[in-house]
Formats: sequence, structure tokens, C-alpha cells
Amino acid sequence: MSSTRPPVGVLAPIGVAFDSVDKRYERLFALRQFSLNIAPGEFVALLGPNGAGKTTLLRMAALLAMPTAGKIRHTGERTGGSDVRRLVGMVAHHTLLYDELTAHENLSFFGKLYGLENLAARVESALADAGMASRSMSLVCTFSRGMRQRLSIARALLPSPRLLLLDEPATGLDRQGASWLAATLHRLRDAGCTIVMSTHRPGELLPLATRAVCLSGGGLQKDFRDPSEILAALSASQEGG
Amino acid sequence: MKLRIPITVAIAALLISAGYAALFIAPDEATMHEVQRIFYFHLPAWIAMFGAFTVGLVANIAYLRTRNLRWDALGVASVETGVACCTIGLITGPLWARPVWGIWWTWDARLTSTFVLWLLYISYLLLRGMLEDSGRRATLSAIFGIFASLDIPLVYLSNRLWRTQHPQPVILGGQGSGLDPLMGMVLLLCTVAVSCVMVLGLVDRYQIGILRMELDELQMEAETRRLHSPENGSEEIGGASAMRGSL
Amino acid sequence: MSGGRAMLIMLERELRAEFRTRELLNTTIVFALIVVILFSFAFEPVSSEARRLGPGLLWIACLFAGSLMLNPTFAREQVNDTLSALRMAPVSGFAILAAKMIANFIFLSLAELILVPIFDVLYNVPLSAVTGRLALVMALGTAGLVITGTVFAALSARARMRELLLPLLLLPILAPLLIAAVGATASLFAEEPSLDRTWFTFLAGFDIVFLTASWLLADYLLEE
Repeated sequence: MSSTRPPVGVLAPIGVAFDSVDKRYERLFALRQFSLNIAPGEFVALLGPNGAGKTTLLRMAALLAMPTAGKIRHTGERTGGSDVRRLVGMVAHHTLLYDELTAHENLSFFGKLYGLENLAARVESALADAGMASRSMSLVCTFSRGMRQRLSIARALLPSPRLLLLDEPATGLDRQGASWLAATLHRLRDAGCTIVMSTHRPGELLPLATRAVCLSGGGLQKDFRDPSEILAALSASQEGG
Repeated sequence: MKLRIPITVAIAALLISAGYAALFIAPDEATMHEVQRIFYFHLPAWIAMFGAFTVGLVANIAYLRTRNLRWDALGVASVETGVACCTIGLITGPLWARPVWGIWWTWDARLTSTFVLWLLYISYLLLRGMLEDSGRRATLSAIFGIFASLDIPLVYLSNRLWRTQHPQPVILGGQGSGLDPLMGMVLLLCTVAVSCVMVLGLVDRYQIGILRMELDELQMEAETRRLHSPENGSEEIGGASAMRGSL
Repeated sequence: MSGGRAMLIMLERELRAEFRTRELLNTTIVFALIVVILFSFAFEPVSSEARRLGPGLLWIACLFAGSLMLNPTFAREQVNDTLSALRMAPVSGFAILAAKMIANFIFLSLAELILVPIFDVLYNVPLSAVTGRLALVMALGTAGLVITGTVFAALSARARMRELLLPLLLLPILAPLLIAAVGATASLFAEEPSLDRTWFTFLAGFDIVFLTASWLLADYLLEE
């Protein structure tokens, strides 16, 4: 549960560090004097009530939002290419998909934007892996909630990110989808990808975590690395949620 | 500020003396007689307006580069002051035009350009009103402010080009073309007086903006703490009571 | 990935999405026609008046139609927050903006392709002699409109009452463009049509100035 060294021959993962970050949002501080260092290769579970700042944290790690004060750095080796955005993938609150395009078109579009090679093959294998091969030519607006979520996850994984950020990724997934997600995350973790995930359903997805971070009121409350403490924290949050 | 009262009194005195000079000291104008005296406040209003908007442009650019909200406060203070000067100009203009030209308004180059200018900066203020988040409001209004400033020379240029292709009414003869020295001095006095009033207004508005900014910060701090205080049950994640009471 | 390449990829997506449903295109064209017809009720221009009023009416119709079409540009990206997906991709903010500008230019130009001939027919203004030059003027004017309009659509996308706010912000800024476009078009509608050099240069200048400003400010515009 505590692997931080990627297997030989695999690209090095990247981490993300928050240094005294403030983030204003409307009339509140979503994050206040927030510091956290996520090392390359960790699998961090983000816990906390609504409004604690989890989504803000994830969006800032994805470089979507800029801090009002403080800094965010990405750490670890990079694999050539100067743009760190190439290495970061995110599954967000919204699906980040174009409803008026087909599943295939959506993935191809983002694949091209990321400059991926062997795009056609990669898109097809991504769709097959997500169990959507038969619906690849259907418009996303015809998909069920669960299918959209699966496609959204496939979209994030397409460029083989080194840092994966997930905001309640199990939302809308049925049991089959949830196991697929768990298996995928397991595979990614073993391949050395850094994963940061917020969730309200710790049960299925969290035995994989190497660390549990609890947020509240825009600040860091608890930080567990010991497996048993993690398990306790997760079950406790599951009870209430 | 200890100096506030003496400075305000001094500027008030300056303004009163400028008014007195405009009404009683300046010589009588050949064709327009008494009505012409409004010129001594009409022109200075425009000069003050340009000063204010220039400060605004600088503040907008500075905000985008530094992200310091003080620049945002300065930006909105200068735009509000500039709009006030512009409004004074747009009101004194017709008041002067009516007895002299017989009409309140005409769509000549200068008037049209200025009216568009007024609309532009009113839009700036409206935009701000519709953005709640202080950071986003500052960024977006700074961007709009820069575009508006780019537009000003274009508006004047386009109107000049446009209107020279049509016959125009006689533009006020008294401006800069052989101004009587005494008139010139009174004009200078009035320009200084009005500019000082403008600067005073701008600085005041800026300081109000700063206070509001600081108040905002404190309110946000308090609001954040209140929402996540222990009574709301969202502190301890390890405790079983935690999630049940959460938002 | 070069900015140009990224922009073309995003442009292709915009066009593909729009041509699949064509709802924006259709509503814009119909709206422009309605404006033109309404003007004819209001003015009933005789031929000599048509030459004088025509250019203004044409450009006002384009302006209204354009303003209407610009809001959905960014509103559509908010439905599933696809704008965040674009911003997370390794592409520059200006590439995102430019792709939308070009897409809007194409859509508005298509609307104008239908609008201008109908305008010609309804108002009896002979345009056959000046088609090439008119196309050039329309292109420059439309470019200015979409450049500024796309920037302001991005500006107002996150504000309240954005449908009302966009025209409020856009129309004063476009005043000089409107004056120049009408001036240039009027010179083409005249008895002896000729393209006024001054207006033409002004239009080009406006486009360049605002495009440059957009390029410099793009990242600030899209940030969160």
C-alpha cells in the first residue's frame, strides 16, 4: 500500500505541492493558508464535508484556478515537454464532454489537442476498456449518467497522465462501473501514477490509498499515512456519509 | 488624515475663488456675453475627465500585472470620478449650447465621441455591478477598462473623419484661438481648481474602496470560520458525529 | 503543439458541432432577416433614401444578429464545463479564443451571404458592380465584430444577466467600427461607387488593434 517508487522502465510520476495557498471564492475563503505536499507516486484520499475545499484543491492542482495568495508547484521529474498540463488528467464534477459529439469524436478531439500518437488505436482501446465500444458512434447526449461518467473517466485517462485528479469519480456509476474504476485506479497506482481523489463513498475505492487527508473549512485538519489510521478514518467518514 | 481638513478647506477656497473669477473677473465675451462664462467650468471638466481616465488605464494595467486589489480600488475610483466629470461636461455643454446655438444637442464629432465615451465607462460600472467575486471582478473590469481606453482614440478619430465629410455647425470660437490673456488666466485658475476637486474626489473614493476591501477580507474570514465552526459539526473527521452534522 | 495547430483542431470541432444541429446558424439568419424587414416597416425607403440609409440599416442588422450569436459561444461551454477541459489541455488561451473568433466569423459571414442579397432586393440598391469590394468591407467589419464580441462574450459569460450585459458592453466599443463600416459601405452604395481608402484603413486598423489586445489579454480573460 505504500509504493512510491515506480517500476523500472515506467515514466516518472509527478507530485504537487501547495505553499500557504489562499483561494477566495465569492464571499468565502475556499482555502486558507493551505499547505500540502503530495509526493510523486502517492495515492491520496481527500476527505471532508461539502464546502471544505476539496474541489478547489483539485482544480488548483489541475492549474484551472490560480491562488489568491501562495504558490502551487508541480514536483518530480518531467518527461521532456515543458507544459505540465500534458501530464495532468482530471475527472471533475461536470463531465467535460461535448454532448453534441459522439463518444469517439470526443476522445479523438481531446487526443488531438494533447498531441497523442497512434490516436485511433488509443481511442478504440480506451472505449473498449470502458465498455463503450458498441456505443462509440452514438452522441453523448443519448448516454445514461453512468455511461457519461465512464466516458469522462476515459477522457481523463487518454493522454496517460502522471498526475490524476478525481473529484468524486464514482458519482453516477453502477456497480459494474465502480469496479471498473477501482480496477483502473489499481492498475494506475501500480504503474506509478500519482492519484488524488475526493470521494463520498470510501468503501470501494479507498483500500488503495497510501494517505488520507482530511479538509475542513479551507484548512488541513488531519493527515494520515498509517494504513490502519487510514482505514479508520475512511470507515468513520463512510458511516456518516 | 490630519491634513484632510486643511486641504479640503483650501480646495474649497480655490473653487470659490475660481467661481468668483469666472463670474466677475473674466472679461465679457464679444458674441455670447454672460452665457459664455460656463466655458470656465465646461472645459476644465473635460481636462479633469481625461486625467481621471488616464489614471484608470494605468491602474487597470497595474492590477493585471501585480494582482494587488489596491490597483482595482484605484481603477474604479478613477472611472467613477471620470464619469462624474464627463457628466458635468455633458450637462454644461447643452446648457451653453441652447442659448447660443438654439439647440440642446447635435451629433457633431466631439459630442458624439464624448457621449460614446460616457456610455463606455457606464458599461464598465455596470459590469462591475454584475460580478460578485472580487478577484474576478477586478480582472474582468481591468480587461474591459483596457479595451475601453483603446477605443477612446478610435472613437475620436472615427468621428473626426466622419464628420469632416459633412457640414458642421460652428464650433465654439473661444477655444484656444486667440484667447484674451485675462480669459486665459481665469481659465487656468478654473482648470487647477476643478482638477484639485477631481483629485480630492478620486483619493476619497480610493480610500473608501480600500476600506471596503479590508472590510470584505474580514467578513470573509469571519464567514469562513462561522461556516466551519465546531457547532456546525464539521470539525472532526475521525469522530462519528462528524458527517451527520455536516452541510 | 503549436498554437495554430491547436486552434485548427478546436475550430474543426466548433464547426462540426454547429453544422450538425445548425440551430445557431438558423436563428441568426432568421433574426437578421426580421430586423431588415422591420426596418422596411419603419422607414419605407424610396430609392434615393435607400442609398443614404441603406448602409446604416445593413450594419445594424449585422450588429444585432452578431450580438445574439455571440453569447452561446461561451454559454455552450458552460453546460458540461468543457471550457475547463480546454483550459487543462496544453493549448494557449489565445488559441481557444481564436478558434471561437474564426468560427463566429464563419457563421456570421454565412448569415451575411444570405442577408446582403435580400437587402439588395428589398431596398433596390444596385450592388452587382461592387460585389468584390463590398465583400471585403463586410469581411473587415465582421472580423472586428467577432474579435471584440468573442472577447466580451468571454467577459460576460461568468456575470449575471449575461444576455443583457453583452450588448451593453459591446455596442459602445463597436461605435467606431460601425461608423467606419457604414462609411465604407456608403461609398460603395454611392452613385459613383468607390472604396473610400480612409475607412478601409480604419477598419483594418481597428481589427489589428483589437486582435492584438485580445492576444495580450487572452489568458487573463479565461482564468478562474
